[in-house]
Amino acid sequence: MIGGLFVYNHKGEVLISRVYRDDIGRNAVDAFRVNVIHARQQVRSPVNMIARTSFFHVKRSNIWLCAVSKKNLNAALVFQFLYKMLEVMGSYFGKINEENIKNNFVLIYELLDELLDYGYPQNTDTGVLKTFITQQGVKSQTKEETTKITNQVTGQIAWRREGIKYRRNELFLDVVESVNLLMSPQGQVLSAHVSGRVLMKSYLSGMPECKFGINDKVIVESRRAADSSSAAGATKSGHIAIDDCQFHQCVKLSKFDTEHAISFIPPDGEFELMRYRNTKDISLPFRVIPLVREIGRTKMEVKVVVKSNFKPSLLAQKVEVRIPTPLNTSGVQVICMKGKARYKASDNAIVWKIKRMGGMKEWQLSAEIDLLNATDKAKKWTRPPISMNFEVPFAASGFKVRYLKVFESKLNYSDHDVIKWVRYIGKSGLYETRC
Amino acid sequence: MTDSKYFTTTRKGEIFELKAELNSDRKDKRKEAVKKVIASMTVGKDVSTLFPDVVNCMQADNLELKKLVYLYLMNYAKTQPDKAIMAVNTFVRDCEDPNPLIRALAVRTIGCIRVDEITAYLCDPLRKCLKDEDPYVRKTAAVCVAKLHDIDPLLVEEQGFLDMLKDLLADSNPMVVANAVAAMTEIGESAQTEAAARMLTWSGHLVNKLLTALNECTEWGQVFILDAVANYTPSEENEAQSMIERVCPRLAHANAAVVLSAVKVIMKLLELLTPGSDFVQSTVKKLSAPLVTLLSSEHEIQYVALRNINLIVQKRPEILKHELKVFFVKYNDPIYVKLEKLDILIRLTSAANIANVLAELKEYATEVDVDFVRKAVRAIGRCAIKVESAAERCVSTLLDLIQTKVNYVVQEAIVVIKDIFRKYPNKYESVIGTLCENLDTLDEPEARASMIWIIGEYAERIDNADELLESFLDGFADEQTSVQLQLLTAVVKLFLKRPTDTQELVQRVLSLATQEADNPDLRDRGYIYWRLLSTDPAAAKQVVLAEKPLISEETDLLEPSLLGELVCHIGSLASVYHRPPSAFVDGRVAAQRKGLPSRAPTLAEATGAADAGAEVVPTDNAQNAKPAVSVIPTQDSLIGDLLDIDMSGGGGGSGITQQSAAPAVPSQSNAMDLLGDGLDSLLGLGGPAPQQPPQQQPAVGGGSGVDALADIFGGLSATPSAQAGFTPQLESWLPAQRGKGMQIDGRFLRRGAQLQMELQVRNNAMQQLSGFAIQFNKNSFGLAPAQPLSLNPLAPMQTATTLLPLHTKGQVQKMEPLLNLQVAVKNNIDVFYFSCLVPIHVLFTEEGGMDKRVFLSTWKDIPADSESQTSLGSYSHSPDSVSNLLQSCNVFTIARRSVDGIEMLYQSMKLCNGILVLAELKISGGAFTLSLKSRHAEVYSGVQESYLKILKSSN
Repeated sequence: MIGGLFVYNHKGEVLISRVYRDDIGRNAVDAFRVNVIHARQQVRSPVNMIARTSFFHVKRSNIWLCAVSKKNLNAALVFQFLYKMLEVMGSYFGKINEENIKNNFVLIYELLDELLDYGYPQNTDTGVLKTFITQQGVKSQTKEETTKITNQVTGQIAWRREGIKYRRNELFLDVVESVNLLMSPQGQVLSAHVSGRVLMKSYLSGMPECKFGINDKVIVESRRAADSSSAAGATKSGHIAIDDCQFHQCVKLSKFDTEHAISFIPPDGEFELMRYRNTKDISLPFRVIPLVREIGRTKMEVKVVVKSNFKPSLLAQKVEVRIPTPLNTSGVQVICMKGKARYKASDNAIVWKIKRMGGMKEWQLSAEIDLLNATDKAKKWTRPPISMNFEVPFAASGFKVRYLKVFESKLNYSDHDVIKWVRYIGKSGLYETRC
Repeated sequence: MTDSKYFTTTRKGEIFELKAELNSDRKDKRKEAVKKVIASMTVGKDVSTLFPDVVNCMQADNLELKKLVYLYLMNYAKTQPDKAIMAVNTFVRDCEDPNPLIRALAVRTIGCIRVDEITAYLCDPLRKCLKDEDPYVRKTAAVCVAKLHDIDPLLVEEQGFLDMLKDLLADSNPMVVANAVAAMTEIGESAQTEAAARMLTWSGHLVNKLLTALNECTEWGQVFILDAVANYTPSEENEAQSMIERVCPRLAHANAAVVLSAVKVIMKLLELLTPGSDFVQSTVKKLSAPLVTLLSSEHEIQYVALRNINLIVQKRPEILKHELKVFFVKYNDPIYVKLEKLDILIRLTSAANIANVLAELKEYATEVDVDFVRKAVRAIGRCAIKVESAAERCVSTLLDLIQTKVNYVVQEAIVVIKDIFRKYPNKYESVIGTLCENLDTLDEPEARASMIWIIGEYAERIDNADELLESFLDGFADEQTSVQLQLLTAVVKLFLKRPTDTQELVQRVLSLATQEADNPDLRDRGYIYWRLLSTDPAAAKQVVLAEKPLISEETDLLEPSLLGELVCHIGSLASVYHRPPSAFVDGRVAAQRKGLPSRAPTLAEATGAADAGAEVVPTDNAQNAKPAVSVIPTQDSLIGDLLDIDMSGGGGGSGITQQSAAPAVPSQSNAMDLLGDGLDSLLGLGGPAPQQPPQQQPAVGGGSGVDALADIFGGLSATPSAQAGFTPQLESWLPAQRGKGMQIDGRFLRRGAQLQMELQVRNNAMQQLSGFAIQFNKNSFGLAPAQPLSLNPLAPMQTATTLLPLHTKGQVQKMEPLLNLQVAVKNNIDVFYFSCLVPIHVLFTEEGGMDKRVFLSTWKDIPADSESQTSLGSYSHSPDSVSNLLQSCNVFTIARRSVDGIEMLYQSMKLCNGILVLAELKISGGAFTLSLKSRHAEVYSGVQESYLKILKSSN
């Protein structure tokens, strides 16, 4: 398992170093700095072996987070853990940067002691960790409190503590989808998929058992097979075929596998209930039609049309189109019908921003690009794709929440007393059109 | 609340100041000071001198401070063992603290302090903590057992911690169970004694319980359990099927490590099921979506997933064959993800999707990253070779790319076009003209060699082939060998095709190759051509211009047994490196190889196999007849090698070979003669026996006398070696049921600089065995029989022993494990294969001694991190007797030193292939510790094992 964990700043100075195993020496700290951080060439793999020692790293802004081992350990687990650790640190002190890490180094050591034991990941749930490790040092605890903590850290429902009470039982569901597209210049969809997340914010008393229903084909059909009496009647379409879904650890996976029921006891506060992926019948909110003409060696003409493809009553926000320009661009003249377009030399792109755009609209931008006379032929421009950002108020995959029922047998509030909010947000992931 | 100020102190006299602060009366000041110490420690400053002062702060009630002090202790205790002992009392007291958090903290820390004196104090508190009422303490104690095992494995076994750990598997708390599983897995991989290893194997019952606990564990606990379950192979198909059903839900977990470990378990279990059954197909279908989902996680995790998918696609291509599009490269994927995706893309290419793939590849070939572009170009070539219908399109795409004139693109394209020519000869030669235009831009050896090959191969269609080759010839001496070899061959081809006007050229290249080159390969090839051309040009034509075999479709597939092993390591580093763990992990763990389980043959298949066996062996024991392949199941290819060895006649009854017929007397070793004499006099057979080879004695004696004789024989052969020191026990190499009645036990010996293999052969079959012969497969040290096996026909129930002298000049090939030796023994019934481990000490040569100074400088020369230290346990030997004992095995004691009752022996040994191993043997109160240093770390485990065996043998 993990033999040691190091945190470096961008210069390669060690900020945190925690060794868990005897086979990792101090020289490992330097080996990573010399061979990876200070490497002359950019390092081309997140896993590197130096002198029979393996280094796994993740970089967040200027901070290098590096796990070391000499064993044949589970690589997926290591990266998953490193990301979890970033998440935990983030929830304790915000942004991961040198300043914050130095300011909280005692806390980080304390966390590392709890997160890993002999290199084996232990409890990494922020909510639980916060009950006994705080930035203000350790709280003094009574005996009952400590047993409560230890039970929770190791317990079956490690993600929720007992005895939570709210005056108003409330829950919020956000269905957030990011739409990914790669389109050829001729308008052929090369690949498209939606990766969606269901985020839940729960303020519920006690230990509530929740049941969650969605319009996935498999789930709906198995439901219908179960109660065959109503099966004949309802043959509504509008079900989607989810390729794959993953759940927060609170969801009972075996129940999902056998009964296709999503049932769980939620953590308190905000968490990601579910993640899913869909590739079929995606309604792409936008279409980009590029037209690039090279006129001689010093001039280019670009025309880009953006079409919105959803109900006219809906409104897309934060629409942004990035049209890349060659490296030797000397000047750009842009004309657009709507929104604002500017040439950003630092990004080598024309950025076209449209604050709001209704459905079924079609807007155009045209630009003339002046080029310096390219001397070096080898540095050919590779025409990166045109990318788009947007936010739309619907789920592009057609995902729908059908119900979320709350059962709490011990306390006296019922499903009807819970106030529920559902919201759909469609965002752009990598939404690219080649030109 | 800003701790960053602690990082900035770099003044002189800082340590002194810290010392004062640590001893301050005020609590807050002490705490500040400890924080500063930790900060200094982090940046690598040596603050070990503050040890006593920091330890003084340990008694504090403040938990935060305590944690910091413990952190300090873990770092420095090893360097100051005598002072660390001061902390023991506090540790023991903390283990009894009413606060479970403190109890756990103490037991967690104490396990990380690797000081022998402290370890002794650890046992009692640890035993208590393993039975603590609080689950938090128990889960910490479970891991602590693994820590302790790493420090002192024998102690853990003696104190019965393994049993206690096993009890924790039934704990009510899921996290305790998960940690116990993790600890057991780790201990199991490095268990010292057989008993411990047996105790730690996973039974079906246990696995069943763990799978039930799976749902309640944290994500990490689920990974531990799945990884442990993967080591278990169920005995029946039903069991495998139900295990798969229970693991499948994990595929929907949000944690990629859980998903990959579940995939590993399922992939392994699938091997046990009937291929093509409905269940297998539906399971395979379930695997694809989760794998694809992994590709939307963070880049690093994507990379791990892609490396694994690469394996999975090779093992079971059907899983992802419809998911081609997800492997299309995105513009801002990091380069490592791009390269991996490209690799998988090609593996998934088929006639159905080639159009899409080709369009993508063309796009990639215009990107910026040089490596990626090269790989894309190469991929286009691979597409052409894989999908014949698309070859034409691929070639035209390559030609388009050549037109871009981007240097590295052109070179790469030429290399792959050469491969296309080899796959589809006489089809695309029209493009040669275009290729020749780019001749000047080629500066990489591979591209040049490819181009030269093309010119030579199609010399008759290129009008100016001679001029082109001549232009290359001018810089002949500066070319790399690969190019030189190609050039030589190409010119000879040209000459054979157009003999009239190229005579001068061929003479020039031949003289360049034979007279001016230093490379032996080049010179040899030059001479061969020269002689061929001068003696028989027609034959030369047949040889040089012979039809070439077509290249195969998939050139870069992993070798099947390696692939099988890697599938067992899905999710782990081995699967990321695509190398077996033994290639990058030190120590004993590496020696264990995992392999995919093989399915028990169904009834029909079994009878089929028996029939096949019966055809070859028309004898009574057909029920024992298993196909020979099953003896060494995973290494089909090696078996192939063995079979290639000429065993004259395979398994037929007529196979009495000249080898066994030849009397072995003249070359018999001294030991044998000696034995022969002894035997004769002992048995009182009299007569002019001495000139008879002793092996023939049994035949003379016959009947019941034979067994007795064999016994005496065995006993005698042991006597001389007992004087010499250490003799290993006979090991069972080939059990009778596998050898169709022939049972072989044996051992390796070294006597008088002669390496010998002692074989005791027993005939348990109903018929006479005869016609014995032996062969070795290539092995790490080039072991080979120095003379044929001399064994006379064996009557039923008869035993015979023979000594086979070995030499070490045979073919060398590195084996896994290093000392593995695969042997084939033939008799009149069949050929049998078995493998055995050669104890490394028989390979130590008599020249292993060296001068003290040489020893010292060699010791220093070898970097310290290649030193390996192990504890060998306790023995009653005195240093002298050890030294003598080891000397008898060619382990030479160079120097000896004794400090405070600790004896140090410095020893050296030299392997027959010249590898030097230096050793430091520390004897402290009967406990032996061995440190080894060598430039070849792979021999360590063998040497350690031999030391153990030698020490144990005469204890």
